[in-house]
Amino acid sequence: MSAATRPSKLFKNLNAKIASIPMILTALCVFVGGTTWTVVYSFTDSKLLPRLRFVGIEQYERLWASQRWIVSIENLAIYGILSLVFSLVIGFLLAALLDQKIRFEDTFRTIFLYPFALSFIVTGLVWQWILNPQFGVQGIVRGLGWESFSFDPLYNADIVIYGIMIAGLWQGTGLVMCLMLAGLRGIDEDIWKAARVDGIPMWKTYLFIVIPMMRPVFITTLVIIASGIVKLYDLVVAQTGGGPGNASEVPAKYVYEFMFRAQNLGQGFAASTMMLLTVAIIVVPWAYLEFGRRR
Amino acid sequence: MRFGFYRAALAASVAFCVSAPASATDLEVTHWWTSGGEAAAVAEFAKAFDATGNKWVDGAIAGSGDTARPIMISRITGGDPMGATQFNHGRQAEELVQEGLMRDLTDLATKEEWAKLINPPTLLQNCTLDGKIYCVPVNIHSWQWIWLSNKAFADAGVPVPTNWDEFVAAAPALEKAGKVPLALGKQAWQESGALNVLMAAIVGPETFLKVYKDKDETVAAGADIAKVFKAADDARKMAVNSNVQNWNEATAMVINGQAGGQIMGDWAQGEFQVAGQVAGKDYTCLPGLGLNAVIATGGDAFYFPKVDNADISAAQETLAHVMLSPETQVAFNLKKGSLPVRGDVDLTAANDCMKKGLEILAAGKTMQWTDELISPDTTQQMNDLMAEFFSTPTITPEDAQKRFAEIIAKAD
Amino acid sequence: MSNPATLAATVAGADAIAAELGGPSGPRPRVTFSRRNIILYGTLIFAAIYYLIPLYVMVVTSLKGMPEIRLGNIFSPPIEITFEPWVKAWATACTGLNCDGLSRGFWNSVRITVPSVVLSIAIASVNGYALANWRFKGADLFFTILIFGAFIPYQVMIYPIVIMLREIGLYGSLTGLVIVHSIFGMPILTLLFRNYFSSLPEELFKAARVDGAGFWGIYLRIMLPMSLPIFVVAVILQVTGIWNDFLFGVVYTRPDTYPMTVQLNNIVNSTQGVKEYNVNMAATIITGLVPLAIYFISGKLFVRGIAAGAVKG
Repeated sequence: MSAATRPSKLFKNLNAKIASIPMILTALCVFVGGTTWTVVYSFTDSKLLPRLRFVGIEQYERLWASQRWIVSIENLAIYGILSLVFSLVIGFLLAALLDQKIRFEDTFRTIFLYPFALSFIVTGLVWQWILNPQFGVQGIVRGLGWESFSFDPLYNADIVIYGIMIAGLWQGTGLVMCLMLAGLRGIDEDIWKAARVDGIPMWKTYLFIVIPMMRPVFITTLVIIASGIVKLYDLVVAQTGGGPGNASEVPAKYVYEFMFRAQNLGQGFAASTMMLLTVAIIVVPWAYLEFGRRR
Repeated sequence: MRFGFYRAALAASVAFCVSAPASATDLEVTHWWTSGGEAAAVAEFAKAFDATGNKWVDGAIAGSGDTARPIMISRITGGDPMGATQFNHGRQAEELVQEGLMRDLTDLATKEEWAKLINPPTLLQNCTLDGKIYCVPVNIHSWQWIWLSNKAFADAGVPVPTNWDEFVAAAPALEKAGKVPLALGKQAWQESGALNVLMAAIVGPETFLKVYKDKDETVAAGADIAKVFKAADDARKMAVNSNVQNWNEATAMVINGQAGGQIMGDWAQGEFQVAGQVAGKDYTCLPGLGLNAVIATGGDAFYFPKVDNADISAAQETLAHVMLSPETQVAFNLKKGSLPVRGDVDLTAANDCMKKGLEILAAGKTMQWTDELISPDTTQQMNDLMAEFFSTPTITPEDAQKRFAEIIAKAD
Repeated sequence: MSNPATLAATVAGADAIAAELGGPSGPRPRVTFSRRNIILYGTLIFAAIYYLIPLYVMVVTSLKGMPEIRLGNIFSPPIEITFEPWVKAWATACTGLNCDGLSRGFWNSVRITVPSVVLSIAIASVNGYALANWRFKGADLFFTILIFGAFIPYQVMIYPIVIMLREIGLYGSLTGLVIVHSIFGMPILTLLFRNYFSSLPEELFKAARVDGAGFWGIYLRIMLPMSLPIFVVAVILQVTGIWNDFLFGVVYTRPDTYPMTVQLNNIVNSTQGVKEYNVNMAATIITGLVPLAIYFISGKLFVRGIAAGAVKG
């Protein structure tokens, strides 16, 4: 990097360092400080208010003995993997379709993007409605005469997490599409020309030439989608409240409810520590490699 | 009426003395009363408080106590407290009091002789920690009711039941008539509430207290409680087609005759009232499910965070005073569908159901409820268990009881 | 820029860039009913229907009266169109004692959103600039921490932040809330800006350095003017996020500065026995209109901005 190679680098970097003070403060005080705070209090028996009365790993023992926590993790794993794959695939496909010099591109793009503007409280409410067995899709189809038709993903414990994903994808794929479309727009025209001259089929060009070139876009998108998945909470609360039973519980909801509803901060912090630990193990080395070496 | 006027004059003069005269103070009051009957009730408090020359600044946060509570706690611990805030009395606010964040109201309580006014005395005990009083109970809420739709039973051609057993027996007839026998919102607190009501009604207060107060796990695993879980199993079957989530949507099913009945606290009454229904004619209520007419005296209370501002402190005292004044107590509780916290007020305007409650109260047949007996943490575990039980037909009552006993064994 | 000739040239240039960014090569295909086009448009229309169903349900419901909602099915168009739910959602719906609907929180939301968007973008763009062009030792560590921060559930941070804000005396104030929004917007925005700035030709930066321009000089005179599109992207992300925020708005401010989402929550969760679905839907759409408007206005720039920003990482 240019600045780093200059002889008077300490002085030259001073401005950059001063300008980065908000970032450094945020990283250290809020993210590191806050996380440390959380981890420390996860070893206490804090109830309504944070208190430093240490109880060892009691909160963690209880956490892993909890059926609900196990279900939450399973759900997050299912939801996370599927929603990551589907978001990327659907987002990319829509972007590729829009990129065929079609008419009404603005209209289509806006249609795919608008759900992003609506808050989660609302997204969940509308889908809760459409998926309600009495007056939603199932009711309509049955009303048309197909009596045995069954589509009640929010009221069936076995498939409820997929029901939530239907709404989650509706809400989130528009943004992914936009990012992908932008990536596609940045691909050099010459690449396409060369591919065409060589007689490479379009799908092969996408798969073996274009997608590898879009790696940075995929990384930006990946971070955005993945952070959304880990924090998944509002969508579940708005649609099912975690039900039926505990079938659609997710970790962030566990954390939130134990912190505030059950007034057991220690338990909530233990759960969030487990979440953050997992994230840290995956994200930190990856991010350091990904962003540390470039340029 | 003359008596009422005298009271009002007294109230005004006391208010005049305790509040800084002629200085209108804005007092922010947070609460989670946003549904129809509740909002109408809280308006009575605001009206009475505004009449003292102060101003009630409303801080309603919908979504019941679970959404509102973290916000209230953040405000108080963040050093920017509201003037007054609602809590269920019992153990929810315990720690805030211990931390010295709440105002000690003992002086005012002694001056106004709350100990003599408030009935039953357990209400004030719940506000007391280490001999000091920290909250103002404003109403008595009892969970132990079932609300029956007279229309639903008429449609089904069976008489309106007089107790739980008859209700269960009437379920097939209701189903035949296309009704949902039991309306039950699919939220955990409603499901575990229903279980506790069944417990209090079926095994009676003594066994109930053995389980929740003494945390006796052998009782919790015993034959008496097995009957309770059997009844919960009945309830589960009867509520299988109840596809609503919020309690007032379930109440609406009873109101429009879609459902036979609902186990819900007396706050459901407010919804019947807003819908223009008459107790005894359009709907029937059975305290203690018609089996064991004892009511628990949980309820709501207001806490007053400690503030430095003298004007606000004065306004807090005025509000505390106003909330307990007989007129406000009557007006508030009539709208809210709850019972007043003082036994000396005139409730001729009360309807059928409230009168039943008042009689039970007057006879002293009261008991403590889970809010006062177990921690929110234990409540949460109960909720999780019952949510699972009510939505999973494969969990047998025996399994559920076993897990229940485990929770009780570890309860605090 | 006031010179018409320059303006025309700029517009022409922009058009040229737009044409260049326009996608795969070749002449614009004739729109015919070729098999390719049927599949292409068929798929797009099918997808569009899936995306539009909820909006359709919301709009239709918001135009019905409550009796009609109870009778009819959710997909049927209104028999009798009423705008009353819209009026009610905006102006008269009650939440607790206050009966002035969403209008109560609208200006609060504006007052929260504008400074939060401005501050968060200002900070993140400088961060991204420093990370891309002026990397100092340890910068990557801080950036990695920031990316990690993107994964922390907000709720966990509520109390630590309450304590921090209390200690610096900003708890309960609008300033405090603006800072909180800036903090939580920082990870993703910094990522966006960092990628964008490092994709700009390095020669520009070097030339400016040779000319003696400093850190702020280059940022203000070279980077800022060249990166308007990415600023639009950031604006869209932040406006959406902050406008729709409920948790921070309600935890870190007081009732007189509560944003519109608090009223939305109170309307949607506050029921008069029976849920007023038409009002709920109208309130929902009204709340979403502001971010939607931003999308419409800046749709084209949005795509081009991301293109420039994310492409070369």
